[in-house]
Amino acid sequence: MAAPDLTRYTLDNGLRVVLAPDPTAPVVGVSVHYDVGFRSEPEGRTGFAHLFEHLMFQGSESLEKLAHFRYVQSSGGTFNGSTHPDYTDYFEVLPAAALERALFLEADRMRAPKLTAENLANQIDVVKEEIRLNVLNRPYGGFPWILLPPVLYKTFPNAHNGYGDFTDLEQASLEDCAAFFDTYYAPANAVVTVAGDFTVDRARELIERHFGDVPARPKPPRPSFAEPLPAGELRGEHLDPHAPLPALAVGYRMPDPINDLDGYLANLVLGGVLGDGDGARLQQRLVHREPLVTDLGAGAGLFGPFEARDPDVFTITAIHTPEVEPDRILGALDEELEKLAAAPPDEQELARVTARWAAGLHSEHDRLVSRTLAFGSFELLYDDPALVATLADRIAAVTSDDVVAAAKALRPDSRAVLVVKPEQEGK
Amino acid sequence: MSVTSSTHRTAEEIGRTARGPRPVPELGEQRAAADLSHVDTVLANGLRVLAVRKATVPLVEVRLWIPFAGDDELHPATAEVLAETLLTGTAKRDRVAIDTELALIGGEIGVGVDPERLSISGNALASGLPTLLDVFADTLTGASYVDTEVARESERLVERLAVARTQPRTIAREALQKHRYGSHPATREVPHAEDIVKVTPEGVRALHTASVLPRGATMVIVGDIDPDKVIGDLERVLGGWAGDGSAKVLAPLPELAGGDVLFVPRPGAVQSQIRLSAQTVPRTDPRYAALQVTNFVFGGYFSSRLVENIREDKGYTYGAHSGFEFTGSSAVVNVDADTASDVTAAALLETRYEFGRLGLVPPTESEVESARQYAIGSLVTSTASQTGLAGQLTALASTGLGFDWVAAHPERLAAVTVDDVAQAALDFFAPGRFTGVVVGDAELLGPKLTALGGVTVGEPS
Repeated sequence: MAAPDLTRYTLDNGLRVVLAPDPTAPVVGVSVHYDVGFRSEPEGRTGFAHLFEHLMFQGSESLEKLAHFRYVQSSGGTFNGSTHPDYTDYFEVLPAAALERALFLEADRMRAPKLTAENLANQIDVVKEEIRLNVLNRPYGGFPWILLPPVLYKTFPNAHNGYGDFTDLEQASLEDCAAFFDTYYAPANAVVTVAGDFTVDRARELIERHFGDVPARPKPPRPSFAEPLPAGELRGEHLDPHAPLPALAVGYRMPDPINDLDGYLANLVLGGVLGDGDGARLQQRLVHREPLVTDLGAGAGLFGPFEARDPDVFTITAIHTPEVEPDRILGALDEELEKLAAAPPDEQELARVTARWAAGLHSEHDRLVSRTLAFGSFELLYDDPALVATLADRIAAVTSDDVVAAAKALRPDSRAVLVVKPEQEGK
Repeated sequence: MSVTSSTHRTAEEIGRTARGPRPVPELGEQRAAADLSHVDTVLANGLRVLAVRKATVPLVEVRLWIPFAGDDELHPATAEVLAETLLTGTAKRDRVAIDTELALIGGEIGVGVDPERLSISGNALASGLPTLLDVFADTLTGASYVDTEVARESERLVERLAVARTQPRTIAREALQKHRYGSHPATREVPHAEDIVKVTPEGVRALHTASVLPRGATMVIVGDIDPDKVIGDLERVLGGWAGDGSAKVLAPLPELAGGDVLFVPRPGAVQSQIRLSAQTVPRTDPRYAALQVTNFVFGGYFSSRLVENIREDKGYTYGAHSGFEFTGSSAVVNVDADTASDVTAAALLETRYEFGRLGLVPPTESEVESARQYAIGSLVTSTASQTGLAGQLTALASTGLGFDWVAAHPERLAAVTVDDVAQAALDFFAPGRFTGVVVGDAELLGPKLTALGGVTVGEPS
């Protein structure tokens, strides 16, 4: 990928800025990443980071409740926010004419969000509906992102449910909100990113105008979430009231995504060799040749790669018929991982994976919203937004030996196995 | 909370500054999107091709839509098996070879089918376009549907259908289709497992011969390409794809009449699905632009009356949405919300109230302006990427529209008046025009819904 034209700098209040001009379409993307995600929630407040994300849309000093949505949409734009293990992002994509407005909206809520008891109560209700929709009222809800971490991890930050328990959500107070905002939503703990149709000079001027007087607050210390690798195979079981078929998730710890990026990328290539497309090894064997499973996936991260610091997880998931015992699938998986050492991927097998990664990264770059968010999250996590453009080459540089080494590290005696059983079997 | 700093401001202190509230900046000047070179033509075999050069990244998107209706009892099951096995082999390539050739050009092809059409979508690095088109041509003309692949994919389909049928949205959609359209072929969106096991490889091959036809189908190609050259390439590569007659178009849907909402019990559900629907007009109708703006004001975007009422004011739902569904040359508006059982009846009441209010207290100048800007802006942002533009054009092409419609639509939206919107609200959103279903737990919902009225309890016929 061609190196993007990036400008990076930091305001006096500590706010980091990434500018990525590109005039091919008359649209702009604006995002703000805060360096806090659901791993930073305290015990007794599961789901708080996500609930707080909702509250950030509920008004600020210059904007009544609902005004944020109305200003973005009446400018022709779209918006959203999302909460990840290690960060929370907010973003808008709009016609280029609305750039200053979008920056104003983000700056106003970074400076002075209106946190009220009424909005908190309303958004607790909305979040509970979101959880009913995405978890409680559907088959395989929270599989594996909510269900696997408590099997794999021992410490609260890594193991708990990031969507939150209803009892915890209901306990959230205005006092919690104020403390959370003052601690984590400091400008020095955030990155603002602008991508698309604008000039750097104009964007710099507008960012200074709107974010420049957000008062500085200390950057909170970032705790380590490190914990030892599992000392054996950990097993967990979940009864799913809606699922018609059993499912299986296997979680392995993987190399530090930040400090051992090349090791991490080798795992991404391994994920492709095992699971991407009909020609991938596990697809061929488990879905078609034997066949043991209906559908199968392999890859990095609870929601995808490049969105968490250490520790991160490599997962293999499968849905299968009740006649197949999970241990048969695990046995076949372990055999295939061992076979990788005896018959390492050849040049073509690696090229299959790296070409698909290259195309996927181009495609992501073509969608303004994902391009904007990628620059922002790479600034936040890697301190290097330009890294995005070099990923395809670095993935292409992963060797057969690297993939073999990555496969060897996926050890049966250091992993988590989650078994999902249909509660109403036979129905 | 323990991990936060020991001293912090109160919520009230956080929400105000010495300087006080600030004015929201005005919008700047908007530049028009660049003109894209494009070709819209029909190949000798009857396939319409819409090719657009959009060279933002070195990729190409190829979308093929083939009208694929069928009246046969087994058609939905056979079509589904065909979609799952189309890419499992030809005389030249087996399943793994197809995937490998595509992977080496960074590509993939996906196949889907519904009562109206077979859709084959591919993408790849632009340098791989010849290979991508060769795989398209090879499968369109030579898919072999070998017995073992048909057997295995049928098995997987039965398993996947079991999963699909436990999804609340699938259950609600099926109930809505039956309640709206009875036994029309359009209702048969998810085939039944007992039909899948009856599908034979011969049946799939026969369906391919009879229905995978170029005449009446549309291919959209968007990306880092030369449109004129692509057309020439396609004539050559797809020249062997022919067949008797035209692709099979779905019989027109009957006009939707308003009526009672059908309440479909789903024991133990912790959330209910509200699905309402009314007849509207398609994109080719002169009233469409006004209707589109009206729909945004009602529930088509976040800043709409419905979302502000039942989500942001009352917290009944995570998402309420109102949007169009286009089938052939007809269109309906669908209004959806998923709500907790104890507030479902109240959410239905509020939705009906908003239907009535839209006609009786019509959208204001500022509501219309906001929706208009959103309609224009979201068209610009959604067509800024190759995938977005390809998706938009593919949807348009099924009603004979094309690139020019996208280019001219902002002007049509700009011309919509407040009076046009008030008229569309009365004509299309009157409460009596809607029918629909609610799916949820009968014990919790039954008494309240019955008391509300305009609700019949039962299974769709």
